[in-house]
Amino acid sequence: MKIVVCIKQVPDAKDVRLDPETNTLAREGVESIMNPFDRHALEEAVRIKEEHGGEVVALSMGPPQAETVLREAISCGADRGVLVSDRGFAGADTWATSYTLGNAVQTLGEFDMVLCGKQAIDGDTAQVGPGLATQLRVPFVTCVQKIRTIEGKSLDLERMMDDGYDVVRLPIPCLLTVVKDINEPRTPSLKGKMKAKKAEITVLSAADIGAKPDCIGLAGSPTRVVNVFSPPPRGDRTVFTGSAEEQVDQLVEQLGKYI
Amino acid sequence: MLIIDKEKCIGCGVCEANCAFGAISMEDGCAVVGDSCTLCGSCVDTCDVEALKIEIAADAGSTCNLNEWSGVWVFAECRDGEVSPVSYELLGAGRNLADQRKVSLGAVLLGSNVRDKATELIAGGADLVYLADHEELLQYREDVYGSVLCEMISTHKPEVVLAGATAIGRSMVPRVATELRTGLTADCTQLSMREEDGALLQTRPAFGGNIMATIECPHTRPQMATVRPKVMLPLVSDTQRSGDIIEFNPTAQALTSNVAILESVKAEQEKVNIQEEDILIAGGRGLDGEKGFSLIKELADELGAAVAASRAAVDSGWVSYPHQVGQTGKTVSPKLYIACGISGAIQHTVGMQSAETIVAINRDENATIFNYATYGLVGDLFEIVPLLKNKIKNVRGQ
Ligand SMILES: Cc1cc2nc3c(=O)[nH]c(=O)nc-3n(C[C@H](O)[C@H](O)[C@H](O)COP(=O)(O)OP(=O)(O)OC[C@H]3O[C@@H](n4cnc5c(N)ncnc54)[C@H](O)[C@@H]3O)c2cc1C
Ligand SMILES: Nc1ncnc2c1ncn2[C@@H]1O[C@H](COP(=O)(O)O)[C@@H](O)[C@H]1O
Repeated sequence: MKIVVCIKQVPDAKDVRLDPETNTLAREGVESIMNPFDRHALEEAVRIKEEHGGEVVALSMGPPQAETVLREAISCGADRGVLVSDRGFAGADTWATSYTLGNAVQTLGEFDMVLCGKQAIDGDTAQVGPGLATQLRVPFVTCVQKIRTIEGKSLDLERMMDDGYDVVRLPIPCLLTVVKDINEPRTPSLKGKMKAKKAEITVLSAADIGAKPDCIGLAGSPTRVVNVFSPPPRGDRTVFTGSAEEQVDQLVEQLGKYI
Repeated sequence: MLIIDKEKCIGCGVCEANCAFGAISMEDGCAVVGDSCTLCGSCVDTCDVEALKIEIAADAGSTCNLNEWSGVWVFAECRDGEVSPVSYELLGAGRNLADQRKVSLGAVLLGSNVRDKATELIAGGADLVYLADHEELLQYREDVYGSVLCEMISTHKPEVVLAGATAIGRSMVPRVATELRTGLTADCTQLSMREEDGALLQTRPAFGGNIMATIECPHTRPQMATVRPKVMLPLVSDTQRSGDIIEFNPTAQALTSNVAILESVKAEQEKVNIQEEDILIAGGRGLDGEKGFSLIKELADELGAAVAASRAAVDSGWVSYPHQVGQTGKTVSPKLYIACGISGAIQHTVGMQSAETIVAINRDENATIFNYATYGLVGDLFEIVPLLKNKIKNVRGQ
């Protein structure tokens, strides 16, 4: 079983916010972390490898510093890390990202499964997984909450729906995006950490993966950002005082239209 | 790439302060761009001396003839023969866009034996219903639904395609946009038309709602967006409205699937789709166990509301994951959100801060949740929640 896990390095959401006074983005000490959903994708890949044998490759597209998340992935059980990095990738939207990751996966050769997180917490789009599957021309299922069985070239799994879940069967090779329900990720072992430290991260450029210049980065992106602004501030806030009963009375008065 | 004109740059540092990605720094009194630049362009507008410019080498798809594309489409999501409420909300939004562009509003209906839903969609605002009725479309499958929608779009060439940001919409629509090599904006909260050129301006939250971004799709069609449930308003259903049904016969290839649905399991709790609810009663670690949870369940029943939760409550096993609100759960925007025993960690608030009215009940008067609350109650929830339930019961009884 050869599994490619797509891992994105994202800014820790709690650090990114607007400075209410200057209305600009405060980014003091913004920390970069592994996208939380991708941690679950990685864990699932490592578990499959432990049961069925094979190899887990962690793949990321991003600036050189994204190497950190690939080392972290190795410390948690990935066999190796591949970073696709090129100035030309800057400004990629989900189309261009899917294209780039698609070329990268193909460069890595044949695979059985590609695992992605459900979404990345910086953009929250959840589009790269399905987009990548389309680029690779393999079937996919999003929001997988459980892999039930893997038998030969067939996979049974549970896909979370808004009103419950579907049990789905699909062939290998395929792509899955996972939700956090699927597993509890492990923390890196000491041995893993040592391995990660020494590991050689493969870095591939746009040319290395045969990416066309008009398909990558901003040039390859069908969408454009027109404007970035702060969300409108919330209206007035009231904290009631008095006994529990008095507070409840005041609240119910205010909630008239909902009751 | 981001070009910095060294002659013009005065090294004021405004762009550095504005960059969300920390990609700009000042060296020798001049701005320098680093690797983490995403070309979002927010620095360009803030530069008073116009020293910054974004240059694009070759533009994607500028060969697309935009004039060939006309009409606004809404994907009418249908599960178990029922059209989801978000589809009607999108028809409401789509009606405005179509009227502004003086084009027709189409609804796309895929399913098996769903023809009778077409009249409801027309009553909901559609001028045309594009119907593919086939037994292979009985259950939702990513590949078949995606392929059929691709064929429909390529045949009829609508300029705009909208879908709900639901489990189904968010899995099949990205496939369609990728296949058609066009732009897709996820999870929009606002849509408008730019009159001059018919550009769909799509506004969405980014970075967990800490910033908003407006996005357009200048060179390719259709312009595609998914929209969160409960954000747009449906029209009042009007059975006098007239419209046409346009049959669509997908090719055999489009109907061939690699995916088999073995079983569809509906969640036990009836109201598990918390994104569709008007009122949510949410509980956190402060509930201190399943008993606390039954308190908020009673309050929810009294209000006809659904139960939501923080991650701490889900991780403790008091309630299942589909109820989780926040960064790793669902994003909700109900009319009323009552947070009981939730501290207000950013990972939670990003998922609920766009609710119309937020009520917080917490015994710690310094809890962050009060920064988000329209109304705050300081005290023990085990005392307050039952009081609230009874009071509401009394008011309703009158
Ligand atoms: C990567 C990542 C992703 C995450 N994603 C999410 C997410 O999607 N959703 C989410 O919710 N969290 C998420 N979290 C967790 C988040 O950071 C918080 O830990 C979590 O939201 C806390 O839940 P809580 O408010 O219920 O619990 P606590 O923070 O423990 O707060 C409990 C509150 O209850 C109050 N309280 C206690 N007893 C009573 C009483 N008797 N009466 C009244 N008030 C009482 C306390 O004063 C306290 O404020 C995430 C964290 C990480 C690191
Ligand atoms: N730059 C990237 N490098 C590697 N994986 C990515 C990248 N962007 C997105 N992904 C993968 O796609 C998933 C969905 O991302 P998104 O569509 O951006 O929400 C993530 O959870 C990752 O698994």
